[in-house]
Amino acid sequence: MINKQVANVKEALKGVSSEMTFMLGGFGLCGIPENAISELVDMGIKNLTCISNNAGVDDFGLGLLLQNHQIKKMIASYVGENDEFERQMLSGELDVELIPQGTLAERCRAAQAGFPAIYTPAGYGTEVAEGKETREFDGKMYVLEMAFKADFSFVKAWKGDAAGNLIFKGTARNFNPNMCGAATITVAEVEELVPVGALDPNQIHIPGIFVQRIFEGKNYEKRIEKRTVR
Amino acid sequence: MLDKTGIAKRIAKEVKNGYYVNLGIGIPTLVANFVRQDIEVEFQSENGILGMGPFPLDGEEDADLINAGKQTITALNGASYFDSATSFSMIRGKHVDLTILGAMEVSENGDIANWKIPGYMVKGMGGAMDLVASAENIIVAMMHTNKKGESKLLKRCSLPLTGVDCVKKVVTNLAVLEVTKDGFKLLERAPGISVETIQQATEGHLIIEGPVPEMEL
Repeated sequence: MINKQVANVKEALKGVSSEMTFMLGGFGLCGIPENAISELVDMGIKNLTCISNNAGVDDFGLGLLLQNHQIKKMIASYVGENDEFERQMLSGELDVELIPQGTLAERCRAAQAGFPAIYTPAGYGTEVAEGKETREFDGKMYVLEMAFKADFSFVKAWKGDAAGNLIFKGTARNFNPNMCGAATITVAEVEELVPVGALDPNQIHIPGIFVQRIFEGKNYEKRIEKRTVR
Repeated sequence: MLDKTGIAKRIAKEVKNGYYVNLGIGIPTLVANFVRQDIEVEFQSENGILGMGPFPLDGEEDADLINAGKQTITALNGASYFDSATSFSMIRGKHVDLTILGAMEVSENGDIANWKIPGYMVKGMGGAMDLVASAENIIVAMMHTNKKGESKLLKRCSLPLTGVDCVKKVVTNLAVLEVTKDGFKLLERAPGISVETIQQATEGHLIIEGPVPEMEL
């Protein structure tokens, strides 16, 4: 067993600095790496490029980094729940690249899987495809989209072990598995770090080879964005 | 004239036995409430669930279980969870049978705009561009006109596009329309709505063939 366990979030984020590009898992506030985000806020590093489906809300998730003006560029698919984000974007303070959700997932997965680029039909004929190479396959048009290049991936899982194996829960899985191994260093935070051997190999979603550092996170708030009941 | 619930009720009739269905945010989400009980349908939410159930009971909400609109949901027996790449493999790979989504504008050739108003509102496309680029069966649920009373069924979309030549059917508060190569073909009228009213509210080319039946809800 190759041991990936680190003591805490500080150790997990060693080597992180301003000007870097990060991938952050999560959909809305579901399955976001809360501990890593909180530490990035404390570190105060700036001019970051963040790749994440959403930009959090004003006072939680990536919204905390936005409030602090730590993000230079945001690559996301949907940013509707964040007034500060919209303000910074419309005023030009924040550079924003909005891309289709499936393209975002596949540009992560391509980086993970060693593909330099992928062809997708999403966005053909729209401003998303402007300036990009297009190609026809079997009578349908596709857009060439490049794999992401990132310095760190921050992902959140439900359970994990020191070997870096991960299991996700419910829809908190979302982009997290696709971002594992898609950056130079993948940092996984888990709600529960279990002893090696405790996870059934049949049930593991992400094998440890895709993870460089793992730690048990603390004080998960797991905020619900839109509590809806019958 | 239909309200949003009425639009959802009419669209629910398009959901057939054995369909995997993706519902967008807004009116489309309501469709699940009106699907016939005697058919088997599974709802996919692109954030990573197939077999989505109703909203949870008070006190049973789970932060790790939400839909694409970020609302708390439940999972039915037989449900599955998956990552985002797998989710869009279902969509891009045409494994989802029916996509229902909202729109700001639809053009007579089936273009759709629903993600951006330049300089004013930029929320992003989410999964909409992937959905409309691949789905073969796309129904748009929307009001026939905007808040200013202007038609949302146009010759050409004025807003940035989400997809081109992709919408097959539009259900509004006034009518059911099929997008054909010649324009919007009027299939049904909402209860009490005249063909003239629909004609006045439609900027794009409207095709009227014979008597147009009133929709059944």
